Amino acid sequence: MPKIIARTGDDAVAEAMRQINPDVVAAYPITPQTEIVQFFSDFVANGKVKTELLCPESEHSAMSACIGASAAGGRVMTATSSQGLAYMWELVYIAASYRLPIVMPVVNRALSGPINIHCDHSDSMGARDSGWVQIFSENIQEAYDNTIQAVRIAEHANLLLPVIVTLDGFIISHAMEQFEILDDDTVQKFVGEYKPEYSLLDAKHPITYGPLQLFDYYMEQKKQQHEVIKSASSVVLQIASEFEKISKRKYELFEEYRMDDADIGIVVLGSASGTAKTVADKLREQGLRAGVLKIRLFRPFPAAELANSLSHLKALAVLDRSDTFGGLGGPVFEEVCASLYNYQFPDGHKIPAVNYIYGLGGRDVTLDHIEKVYRDLEGISRTGKINNLIQYLGVRE
Amino acid sequence: MPQEKGWKSLSRGGVILEPGNARDYETGSWRTFKPVVDREKCINCMFCWIFCPESAVIVKDDKMEGFNLKYCKGCGICAKECPKKAIEMAKD
Repeated sequence: MPKIIARTGDDAVAEAMRQINPDVVAAYPITPQTEIVQFFSDFVANGKVKTELLCPESEHSAMSACIGASAAGGRVMTATSSQGLAYMWELVYIAASYRLPIVMPVVNRALSGPINIHCDHSDSMGARDSGWVQIFSENIQEAYDNTIQAVRIAEHANLLLPVIVTLDGFIISHAMEQFEILDDDTVQKFVGEYKPEYSLLDAKHPITYGPLQLFDYYMEQKKQQHEVIKSASSVVLQIASEFEKISKRKYELFEEYRMDDADIGIVVLGSASGTAKTVADKLREQGLRAGVLKIRLFRPFPAAELANSLSHLKALAVLDRSDTFGGLGGPVFEEVCASLYNYQFPDGHKIPAVNYIYGLGGRDVTLDHIEKVYRDLEGISRTGKINNLIQYLGVRE
Repeated sequence: MPQEKGWKSLSRGGVILEPGNARDYETGSWRTFKPVVDREKCINCMFCWIFCPESAVIVKDDKMEGFNLKYCKGCGICAKECPKKAIEMAKD
């Protein structure tokens, strides 16, 4: 029977990893690593898992070891955060191009500089074009559930791609919440056994990973990645529906909260979604038709489905917990704008959309901040006029 | 060299599934200079065979017999390493 327990987000993800019981976890053991790996190393030391835990000298080496272990045919996981993900950079791209189904929880924390340890999305957004599937979590339950589903998504025969599962630094990773943990057996049965098609250790069928591909083949290889990650949306939905059977919890590409009849809406990902929903509820009581669209699957970006869901809004705000410095606002805003631009509105109209950069380096995002966003949207929906396309939310002038 | 495969025909992640298929890649086409051995000076020490990055030195019955020009890319390492200066690089 599933049990309700109280844990931090790190602890819950470590529990998911224990239940998954991967063959290899290679992870850098100290800062910027989070407690995920610390908790998991306890499970290893106490014989709760049969995992081989490698603690190399850097994240660069950790991901290298993951690539080697995955190419050897193992079920492989790691975890990282902030500078750690930045330090993995080269290998993150390589893991995706080799099509290795590595699963990596990323605790979203700000990148230096200035030096900072708190929540924002600049770390995983930096890896957004690396070819990994990226799934965002709003709370501890989702972080736990997404980690388990990620194994099946990554290893799906039609996909075979690495998957990042994110959870907001400190807000989810270090705060304690109650969540429902599934039985070990149920999770084991759900993830099943990983049967790799190729293995470097299979001496009877020798293979080579990572050959040189120059102007003659590099582009075909990239086209293969381009095509395969597009099919991840349907895999994510299929695994979600299987997961619903064991958990009674429903997951989709994104969550629509009071969007059906909304006039104004906020697109957001991660823990701030909860804050936005609370404010939407409050404004609904005052007669404002406010909705929230929380993105779960960020890579591949569910452009058509998302644009369709937003298409009836009169004004829209996208909340970004990172900036692109010189781009058109934050990365989520760029994706949403591109999605809307390519959406065929029946009457050719355009939805006024604005961007708010919020919560950088762990800056608190309050109910008042979100209410201001909705109030701005209400003004835009009435006048159709945008005064401020991109603004920082909760920043001092 | 087998080329012009489209992206749909490539193996997943570019994995090479056929062992030893480097043989299909004839690096001899890169060559500007070719090695020429002076049999009078050669003592069959096999330094050239050890150092050749393309395994293009032909050895038969413990004797160095020349070069496989399909794969010799003309790098000149054999000539550099030969202790008897028995190999010269000549314009191909």
